[in-house]
Amino acid sequence: MLKAVESSGISKKFGPTIALDNISFSVNESEIFGFIGPDGAGKTTLFRIITTLLLPDEGEMSVLGMDSTTDYKELRKNIGYMPGRFSLYQDLSVEENLNFFATVFGTTVEENYELISDIYSHIEPFKKRLAGKLSGGMKQKLALSCALIHKPRLLILDEPTTGVDAVSRSEFWDMLGKLRKYNITIIVSTPYMDEAIRCDRVALIQNGEILSIDTPQNIKAGFSRKLFTVKSAEKYKLIKTLRKNPEILTAYPFGDSIHVTLNNNTLDNSLYEYLVREGIGDAVIMEAEAGIEDRFLELMEKDNGITNKA
Amino acid sequence: MKRFLGFVKKEFLHIFRDYRTLFILFGIPVAQILIFGFAVSNDIRNAGVAILDLSHDEITLKLTDKIISSGFFKKTETLLNYKDIDRVFKKGKTKAVIIFENDFGKKLISEGKASLSIIADGSEPNTATLVTNYTTAIVNDFTTELAGPVLNNSIRISPDVKMFYNPNLKSHFMFVPGVVTLILILISALMTSVTITREKEFGTMEVLLVSPLRPIQIILGKVMPYFILSFINVLLILALSWLVFDLPVKGSLILLLAECMLYILMSLSLGILISTVSGNMQQAIFISLIGLMLPTVLLSGFIFPIENMPKIYDYVSSILPPRYFIVIIKNIMIKGTGLMYIWKETLILIIMTLVFIGLSVRKFKIRLE
Repeated sequence: MLKAVESSGISKKFGPTIALDNISFSVNESEIFGFIGPDGAGKTTLFRIITTLLLPDEGEMSVLGMDSTTDYKELRKNIGYMPGRFSLYQDLSVEENLNFFATVFGTTVEENYELISDIYSHIEPFKKRLAGKLSGGMKQKLALSCALIHKPRLLILDEPTTGVDAVSRSEFWDMLGKLRKYNITIIVSTPYMDEAIRCDRVALIQNGEILSIDTPQNIKAGFSRKLFTVKSAEKYKLIKTLRKNPEILTAYPFGDSIHVTLNNNTLDNSLYEYLVREGIGDAVIMEAEAGIEDRFLELMEKDNGITNKA
Repeated sequence: MKRFLGFVKKEFLHIFRDYRTLFILFGIPVAQILIFGFAVSNDIRNAGVAILDLSHDEITLKLTDKIISSGFFKKTETLLNYKDIDRVFKKGKTKAVIIFENDFGKKLISEGKASLSIIADGSEPNTATLVTNYTTAIVNDFTTELAGPVLNNSIRISPDVKMFYNPNLKSHFMFVPGVVTLILILISALMTSVTITREKEFGTMEVLLVSPLRPIQIILGKVMPYFILSFINVLLILALSWLVFDLPVKGSLILLLAECMLYILMSLSLGILISTVSGNMQQAIFISLIGLMLPTVLLSGFIFPIENMPKIYDYVSSILPPRYFIVIIKNIMIKGTGLMYIWKETLILIIMTLVFIGLSVRKFKIRLE
């Protein structure tokens, strides 16, 4: 299969901080590739290197078969980039923004309207409105339209759904899914684990290093232990109590419950009895299927070599 | 080319959508011209003088009359003794007191000599100098008139002073070219540096960089709208100075406009250079205002003649573009000279422009830092 992006041994430092440390990965053509990781993991820096905006200190980055440091002029014609921050002209209207980016890339809105019609139709009723006055979800749709207007071969989206409501986030991913039929490779980053499942493959990234690259299913399946959820009305007391117990390997809060793994990996009555002894009588313990976030936390812990029990 | 025009169109949209920019662009020049023209004036008109006439004869009355009716002075008070001088100055309306000695007229006729004192309010040195100079001139004039019949036996040389190019020494002649020089460099450099740093600050530069736009297209696209608007500004200022202050352009208007275009281009490229060294709008504004306005006002020869400055300031001012433009514009507007006399200054401006453009294109970052 053809590779849209091939990165080997990319490193980047900003002064004493290491933003990226020996990053290697490859993205297949027309797949949706996700980078999942917390803020400060190095996602934006990596994206800026892919989009030719930054030069790596070490390593090679080949994008669409071109070298990202030397062929930047040619490459820039074929990339659609949506930075993490809303980067359109707030004092221009929706229509003016779109027309501007179309002209800059040497095309017209009409020419590629088909490509963006699905997305743009949502905001078209507001085309006279200034971009600065749009809601968060509409801003993202406009930014995506602008990034797509020249029919790029590679679309790079840096945290496109951050700060957007849940419904708009879901809609946004539906739209990305629809772009598959145009053979556009999409690289997207997100801090939301639940969005990872909608990518073809994801890379878990932490402190400038890639922890794992695989399909979301395989990443989940890579979770090595049995996972249990514990619920109680007193969540804060529950997690403190759980972490005191030497039998418990990890305990992380997840929404309204606590995800727990055990040292001996088998659940018996002792945990329940321990909780009752500690004054938590209403605990409900169940076995659960691990999600990507569980796997991510497990990998992070291995990487850091520490457990939160210490 | 279509890309470039699209970019220029976008810049115009920014400008016309932002009322503050429009105000800075057109409001400030008009205000400056009017303020400098009317308020900051070196001429005296109706300056208050008080008269202490200890002689009170025909000649003193005549001379007083001549001084008051000259139009430069207005009599505030007639004093009776020396003690009043301090009091009248403290009131603030009187800029000078003219004192005729006892028996002024008698002495003048019998001895051919009489004393007159001018006491000026030194707390305002400029006005004081002007007032004493004007008074002395009037008194000299008066003695010459008087001397004609009386002292025809002595030889006298009377200098007849005429001001070439500006016979009435109107201060507008100095301020209009000065303001044009100041405003053009301020507005042009400030606006371009702000508009480029704004793209950096709002993150839109990131998107522009990841586009096929070339640095030169971005730079020219930024410069073009402001070039047009600044040129309109020049026309506005010239029309204003002609209509309000009767200041005509003595030399070739076409040459003047061409020189203005050159100066605008120089200022714009300076603005771009400023934007490449400043990371945000505040820095750009700071550098443009403090770095350009003060030296232009103080060191370009706009207000204080360069010849009178210590040598070191002379050297400093020789790197300031306004210094050369002010010579050019004064020559064309007031003296009516042609390119023959200002080619040196013009050449310096051209070289400066090329250096600024060259540096900006080189320093313009095709990537993020």
